[in-house]
Amino acid sequence: MLRSLTTWVLVGQRLGIALITLVIVSFAVFFATEMLPGDVAEILLGQAATPEAVAGLREAMGLNEPAFSRFLGWLGGLATGDMGRSYVNDIEVVDLLGRRLGNSLRLAAVVTMICVPFALTCGIAAAMWQGSLLDRAVSILTISVISVPEFMVATLAVLIFAVWLGWLPALSYGADATSFVALIKAYAMPVITLTCVVSAQMIRMTRAAVIETINTPYVEMALLKGASRRRMVLRHALPNALGPIANAVALSLSYLVGGVIIVETVFNYPGVAKLMVDAVATRDLPLIQSCAMVFCVSYLSLITLADVIATLSNPRLRQ
Amino acid sequence: MTHPLVSVRDLVIGAVTDSGREVEIIRSVSFDIQPGEIVALIGESGSGKTTIALSLMGHCRPGCSIGSGSISLGDKTVTDLSEPQRAALRGTEVSYVPQSAAAAFNPSQRIMDQVIEVTDIHNLMPRKEAEEKAVELFRALALPDPDSIGQRYPHQVSGGQLQRLSAAMALIGDPSLVIFDEPTTALDVTTQIEVLRAFRSVMDHSSMAGVYVSHDLAVVAQIADRIIVLKGGEIQEVGSTRDILENPQHPYTKELLAAFDPVPFVSARAQDVERRKPILEVKNLSAGYGAVVKGVPNFKVLDNINFRMERGTNLGVIGESGSGKSTLARAVAGILPRYQGDVLSDGEELRADLKDRTKDQLRRIQIVFQLADTALNPSQSVGSILARPLHFYHGLDRKARERRVIELLDMVQLPSNMRHRLPGELSGGQKQRVNFARALAAEPELILCDEITSALDTVVAAAMLDLLKELQRDLGLSYIFISHDLSTVEAICDEVLVMYKGKLVEALPAASMSQDAAHPYSRLLISSVPQLDPDWLVNLEHDPEMIRAMDGR
Repeated sequence: MLRSLTTWVLVGQRLGIALITLVIVSFAVFFATEMLPGDVAEILLGQAATPEAVAGLREAMGLNEPAFSRFLGWLGGLATGDMGRSYVNDIEVVDLLGRRLGNSLRLAAVVTMICVPFALTCGIAAAMWQGSLLDRAVSILTISVISVPEFMVATLAVLIFAVWLGWLPALSYGADATSFVALIKAYAMPVITLTCVVSAQMIRMTRAAVIETINTPYVEMALLKGASRRRMVLRHALPNALGPIANAVALSLSYLVGGVIIVETVFNYPGVAKLMVDAVATRDLPLIQSCAMVFCVSYLSLITLADVIATLSNPRLRQ
Repeated sequence: MTHPLVSVRDLVIGAVTDSGREVEIIRSVSFDIQPGEIVALIGESGSGKTTIALSLMGHCRPGCSIGSGSISLGDKTVTDLSEPQRAALRGTEVSYVPQSAAAAFNPSQRIMDQVIEVTDIHNLMPRKEAEEKAVELFRALALPDPDSIGQRYPHQVSGGQLQRLSAAMALIGDPSLVIFDEPTTALDVTTQIEVLRAFRSVMDHSSMAGVYVSHDLAVVAQIADRIIVLKGGEIQEVGSTRDILENPQHPYTKELLAAFDPVPFVSARAQDVERRKPILEVKNLSAGYGAVVKGVPNFKVLDNINFRMERGTNLGVIGESGSGKSTLARAVAGILPRYQGDVLSDGEELRADLKDRTKDQLRRIQIVFQLADTALNPSQSVGSILARPLHFYHGLDRKARERRVIELLDMVQLPSNMRHRLPGELSGGQKQRVNFARALAAEPELILCDEITSALDTVVAAAMLDLLKELQRDLGLSYIFISHDLSTVEAICDEVLVMYKGKLVEALPAASMSQDAAHPYSRLLISSVPQLDPDWLVNLEHDPEMIRAMDGR
């Protein structure tokens, strides 16, 4: 559908705001990590280091330059894809992070593909037959899933599927995931756990957003035109609830990249969240900064995408 | 006598309140509607008129249900049908014109898609044919650009046009009964006439029967053949339109008619007015909204307004919606800072922004908003709402506040134990009184009343006006009374300002408004107020040039 110039101006503004936010966030990330206690050179050289050696290393690493110029250099590096080298194992951060990010994104993609259609269907169906047995069952289930911490879900899944039933491997990342069946088996448990955690919130928000639009006069008008319940909800209520639903979905999904540390730990899945925790333990500053930036970028792009969808679905901006 | 089209017998509709109690909101109502006849259901809010009208479609709002009785429409008994069978009737046998078309149109669909949706739901005709029929209806309803208006979205057309479009939506399925649910209540008087004319001409040229729900007898008089007067879910009186207007039997009907009688207004103008400075003087006032560029806002609303009002007099401000009436009140109060001009009270300059005014200046001018529902904090008791200005302006301690709250409630004729209640537990009229008492708490000299009776029923509004007059006598107040209802303004004001598109068109003495009006817009506005005479609309002739100038709104 054709959209007016103002719509695109608004979308452009939203993207601009996202970019500015990203710069501010990178500033915060850089200086927050700078403020971590301890001198990097001393830590790297260990307790036996002579002051001369420490000074030499500081010089070599450029740590004596003012913080702000280092920040600009770092930001420039990020923009050109150079994230620096890891302090601990002297590998390019890009290589280290790239592999892990691939793993994380793959897991996130699988979970998204399963949980978004599932959650939207459940939420819309619950709203459509509000107060019915289905609605109450969905409500009770989502509340109980939200209330149970995810390590509990993950541990229970391991206990049931790996220990008692023995259907699935307890660790999801073996090197031998060569066959398709083995791949599905490896992914099954983290995906189930994450789907539970992520979709519960989505279902509740979708249901609330759709019910809110069902109570508007124009949906009652559709009823008085003789429309079926299905038509009322799908044709009249849902398109107007798109904005809030997109935002709820984006918020839930943003959790999948950076917030899944527990699931990654329980199932020993090598994703970015685990990488970051390891980096913090070893004080690997470039790695910490890069991980933090990856989380921010994924979060920002999801939220921005949701806002853009909300803007585009607003008929008042159409021409 | 032919077989009636609609026959309602002993209808009882029950509702479950929030506390789970069951109440009967419609009690044993029976009436018939003949084919082609237009019957009006008239009554105040809560009288059950919309509930009855919706029940004819087999629909009850959530929480309500048909208890007993029967409704038959043609050869079908609506009360015995299943929900899918009722849905099959809606749009084809009986259709609905909503109160607020602006809310009843889906904002995300084109108008045409919504107008012809009935034909799609019930598989009445192919899309192309339906669109042609819709365009014909648009033309019959005197809509501008009938060929292309359907391609627009609801927010792109005006309120009066939407209301006519919603009539097209109701008529597309050729129903035998159309329900009009207060279809002109939300419109300006000048727009209301166009919409009423369009409805009448369409109904005159068809054999459809109609149910016209309204609280306004004068509007109903123009369109209905027969009137049913409702109160508290019961029928009070039924009769032909002329009989009800000229020879009412029931006391409640008489009360409704009495609200139309002109009320003599005695000015409370101060005696020593010559020696004192005017309570409000406005010079070259301009104000607007939006980003300010070079001291001028992007959206200018008020353009160079001048007037003065003497102490103890009341000033009415009339005009259609969007003419800048409320903005004028906001600019005088300082809620919206003016960008140009002066506002003086007692000869003392009031700063543009209310942040820059002294506490005493703030105290002297109070504003009362139209909707008490949104102006009163729903989670605070009436007592604490009234106590806040007492503390702020007068620094009263807890005991003195309590005493004063009781006094204030007494002034607005509410019982003192009402101070413990929440706004949500009060009726509309009571809430508006509390809203007004909140302004009184400051002990002001001038009260800006922004459409404070517009959301109230006729009888309740009349009582509110009496209260205002009484308080004016006792406390020496002055009012600026903003309203789109000319009879209200006539009943309480000394002088009336007519506003149009942000400009002050004319200042008229209220008592001789209709004779003295010189500007064509004032004349149009004044002549557009519906009269109780059933022939009024037919005989009304408007200056065609002015109508054309106003078109496209």
